[in-house]
Amino acid sequence: MADRLKVAIVGSGPAGLSASAHAASLRLPHVLLERTDHASDTIYKYQKGKFVMATPDILPLRSDLSFRAGKREKILDDWDEGLASCGGRIRYNADVTRIAKEGDTFHLTLAGGDTLKAENVVMAIGLQGNINKLRCDGAELPIVQYQLDDPNEYEAETIVVIGAGDAAIENAVALSKQNAVIIVNRRAEFARAKQGNLSLIHSAIDKGDIQCYYESSPLLVDASGITLETADGEAHVSCDRIIARLGASPPRKFVEACGIEFPSDDRAALPEVSPRYESNIPGLYIIGALGGYPLIKQAMNQGYEVIEYIAGNDIAPADEPLLVDKFAAMGEVNVNEVLQAIRKTIPVFASLNTLLLREAMLDSQVHDFKEGQTIFKRNDYSDTFFTIFVGQVGIQISAEDPSMVVTLREGEFFGEMGLISGRRRSATVVAATDCVVFETPRRTMLKLIQSVESVKRTLDKTSILRQIQTYLTPGVPAQDLEELVESAEIQNFKAGETIFEQGDIGNHMHLIRSGSCTVSMKIGGRDVVLSYVPSGNYIGEMALLSEMPRSATVRAAHNTETICLSGEAFSAVLNNNATVRDNIEAKFRERIKQNEQMEGRPEAGNVIQFLIEQGVGEGTDVLLINEALCIHCDNCEKACAETHDGLSRLDREAGPSFASIHVPTSCRHCEHPHCMSDCPPDAIHRAPDGEVFIDDSCIGCGNCESNCPYKVIQMASPPESKFDLFGWLLFGRGPGPGEEVAYEAEVKRNSRFNGSDSAQGGVIKKAVKCDMCKELVGGASCVRACPTGAAARVSPEEFMTLATLSR
Amino acid sequence: MHESLLIYRNMRYLKWSLALVAIACGLYIFHTPIEEPNGGTWLGYTLGTIAAGIMFWLSWYGARKRSYGGATGRLEDWASAHVYLGLALVFISTLHSGFQYGLNIHTLLYVLMMIVVISGVFGLYFYMRFPRLLAENRRGLTTDMMLNQIADLDRDLRKHALSLGDESAHIVLNAVQNTRIGGNISRQLSGKDVDCPTSAARRFVEQFEGGHDESTRRQLVTRLTKKEDLLGRVRKDIKLRCLLQIWLFVHVPFTFATLAALIAHVIVVFYYW
Repeated sequence: MADRLKVAIVGSGPAGLSASAHAASLRLPHVLLERTDHASDTIYKYQKGKFVMATPDILPLRSDLSFRAGKREKILDDWDEGLASCGGRIRYNADVTRIAKEGDTFHLTLAGGDTLKAENVVMAIGLQGNINKLRCDGAELPIVQYQLDDPNEYEAETIVVIGAGDAAIENAVALSKQNAVIIVNRRAEFARAKQGNLSLIHSAIDKGDIQCYYESSPLLVDASGITLETADGEAHVSCDRIIARLGASPPRKFVEACGIEFPSDDRAALPEVSPRYESNIPGLYIIGALGGYPLIKQAMNQGYEVIEYIAGNDIAPADEPLLVDKFAAMGEVNVNEVLQAIRKTIPVFASLNTLLLREAMLDSQVHDFKEGQTIFKRNDYSDTFFTIFVGQVGIQISAEDPSMVVTLREGEFFGEMGLISGRRRSATVVAATDCVVFETPRRTMLKLIQSVESVKRTLDKTSILRQIQTYLTPGVPAQDLEELVESAEIQNFKAGETIFEQGDIGNHMHLIRSGSCTVSMKIGGRDVVLSYVPSGNYIGEMALLSEMPRSATVRAAHNTETICLSGEAFSAVLNNNATVRDNIEAKFRERIKQNEQMEGRPEAGNVIQFLIEQGVGEGTDVLLINEALCIHCDNCEKACAETHDGLSRLDREAGPSFASIHVPTSCRHCEHPHCMSDCPPDAIHRAPDGEVFIDDSCIGCGNCESNCPYKVIQMASPPESKFDLFGWLLFGRGPGPGEEVAYEAEVKRNSRFNGSDSAQGGVIKKAVKCDMCKELVGGASCVRACPTGAAARVSPEEFMTLATLSR
Repeated sequence: MHESLLIYRNMRYLKWSLALVAIACGLYIFHTPIEEPNGGTWLGYTLGTIAAGIMFWLSWYGARKRSYGGATGRLEDWASAHVYLGLALVFISTLHSGFQYGLNIHTLLYVLMMIVVISGVFGLYFYMRFPRLLAENRRGLTTDMMLNQIADLDRDLRKHALSLGDESAHIVLNAVQNTRIGGNISRQLSGKDVDCPTSAARRFVEQFEGGHDESTRRQLVTRLTKKEDLLGRVRKDIKLRCLLQIWLFVHVPFTFATLAALIAHVIVVFYYW
């Protein structure tokens, strides 16, 4: 069979290109099949001049093609040239419609009827899939386009944007600066978009910058415009251009048709592959985003490796030396053996496949603690997750008595409470013997929890028991709690959702594991807030103890997770433990007393309600200004600007006020920071004292700015250097008054600001936010600079108490 | 959490200042100089030195207030101590003078210092009282928001003016174009405008009779009344903010004058030893 190729590579993204280049340099008969008329369609469709990153930085690149962070155009050109110089064979306009295996040969059918034969197939088609087109007549007319390179290309046009997703909104908003834009939404609201885009589109529609047709869909496109079917009948809209952003259909159907299995029906599920990227069909390999590796560098490395495997070479993955370094703390070890041992000893990681485990370990730190060494302290604000590989650690469960210690052994984990609640560490942990401990960052753990069901299960089971022991029944041994833990169920509540209602019959209680709640009561037909309950507390015990209906309504102040416990099992525990019973009853009496006091002080409840509405409840450290003391001198803003390169991260005057409490626009350092949720370079961290800050690796993508519901993140150009009068007068340093900054100085300034690897001169705006002046001794300068005591940073659980509010 | 500078740290600096004044008074009462009490006795020199030290320290507040970042501690400590030590200075320097006043550089210093202290007391009163008034007056809005609302009303008024007769249109447009907010110090401090064209227009429109469309009249009255209310609030806001700053125009220059007089006083005293 002379015409049988050694390997056919489907898809010419970074993974496919790299595979093809390597196949060429190993002189394997191969072909790279690309559906369009250019390589790397996804990157090709990035906005013009988009800066492409090369993360993760620590991972070495292993490919015959070059790749460095830079502009889209440069990267694409480099790849085209690189592929040509290696002798890689690429076939454009080759849309593979079917892959079937007969015997040991794959038959690939192309659109148009051509077929190819190959011994191996590398599927590198990514997740972008096929772009959805308009399903009406005229969908192929030149007036319709399905992508937008550069919104600034168009001006003074009437443009219809079809779609309600993020891409449609971003395009519409960007175009509306210079054009008349009409957006067409099939539904009555924009439900699918990110929070930041939602507020963008709503404000643009409110201001009249964009016109919106809700509940409308395209009927017909002609050269003059588009006819829509709206709720009020047909409407013709004349326009110069139609941009349809209708998403893409994921390639799953095609992949399944090739015989590849998916582990679940979940839309986000990816096919499972072996450590050598081989799917359930021998000879069919999956690499790149479809194999779970969406980053360019990883994908290129996989392209190289998969060709090595196909050629019969057993090479170690590119991250091998990094892992060897990681495990160096344990002495001379074999990486694969360690990974095997980790899976065997540590149940949380037992079900991870090799690739995920390698990645988790790459992100983690290996610690070699000596007996007696402190791992973290109570009230530290770290959010990493620890697993014990060798040795034992002791958890000091009592703040007063360090000798009360619970010992954890090999394979167990700790630190999960901070991870779940986003709050300070609830205990001090000390190495009980010499031990080896893995510290895994929050982001890696969250990813694992979301993507691997068994990680979540293992974590939840143990953490429920521990949370009950810590917050509800201290001192009760685990075996006495078995029934209670068995009855426990994790429940999620959205902001404002009712957990239980006044007057309901109560037969369960809740332990708040993350988030916080408000307790309110109907008084004179009006809801009056009685108290704010942060995580680590329980609610609903009153109805159980008093055997009466719920005396108050409890609502989630923001996204909240509770452990719901059965009333019967809880009563059983109480009946067997007199001390616990006494403690809970004492707290119960305290709460009744407090509720009564609060009923007589509705204004304090109103303040709590107001602060919750402003999202203060999810903060950990919030700047509040007492209007009765504020003399409007703006010294807080000046101090902020002075400590942060001339740009204040605080807007004193903006923001709402109530009962002389003003919530200025300033970071609240949320328990689960919204800004952290989608940061590509993982540049946002929480410092040990609780400050959420952005480090120098910020790439200026603006995700955090749009994800922050409180609008406290700004995108800022590099700081102007301060004018130095004496330096200029005496030594001629820097520009004089009113003179332009010299070009070289400008470039130097930008490169310093943007970090060494992107010193191409172009100014990238970076995200800046309050970091509570963590570099300074003595705390946040806004508060320190307030002469009258009007500015204070408070934590909500301290502030929203009767004692504080009634002063 | 939020603590006024008067009660800051359980009034630590009030206590210190009271102790200082008490000691000074005690010494003054029990001190029996050879001649009459005078700046030239050992007690006089001691009190004088303390007073001069306090004066320099109090003046340094202006620099401390502006040294962000580098400085440690809270500015409120300084502000609280500034207030109480400043008041104590009145007693210390009076005792230092031995109640001897005359037409000389020494009494000039005393007078200048008293002007600074008294202006400071006014400032303190303003600081304690006006923030609450400001907040009540603003009712949750900022100055900019109020100005924007006024601009919105003006746009509406302009539109309505188009459908009016010449005279009425002129008066309404006059309210739009010639209403003034702020201005020179006296206008800012007065907090109102007796000849406000908006009020005049409101009065005029209220007395419209016949020949006018009733709904237009109502619309105009509503908007003009709203604008009048906002104008009143913005002017009061400006007045209060002006007062919060204006005392500094006495306090600060006289501080420098006091320092100059203090240096002259010290030189003169030692020159004529």
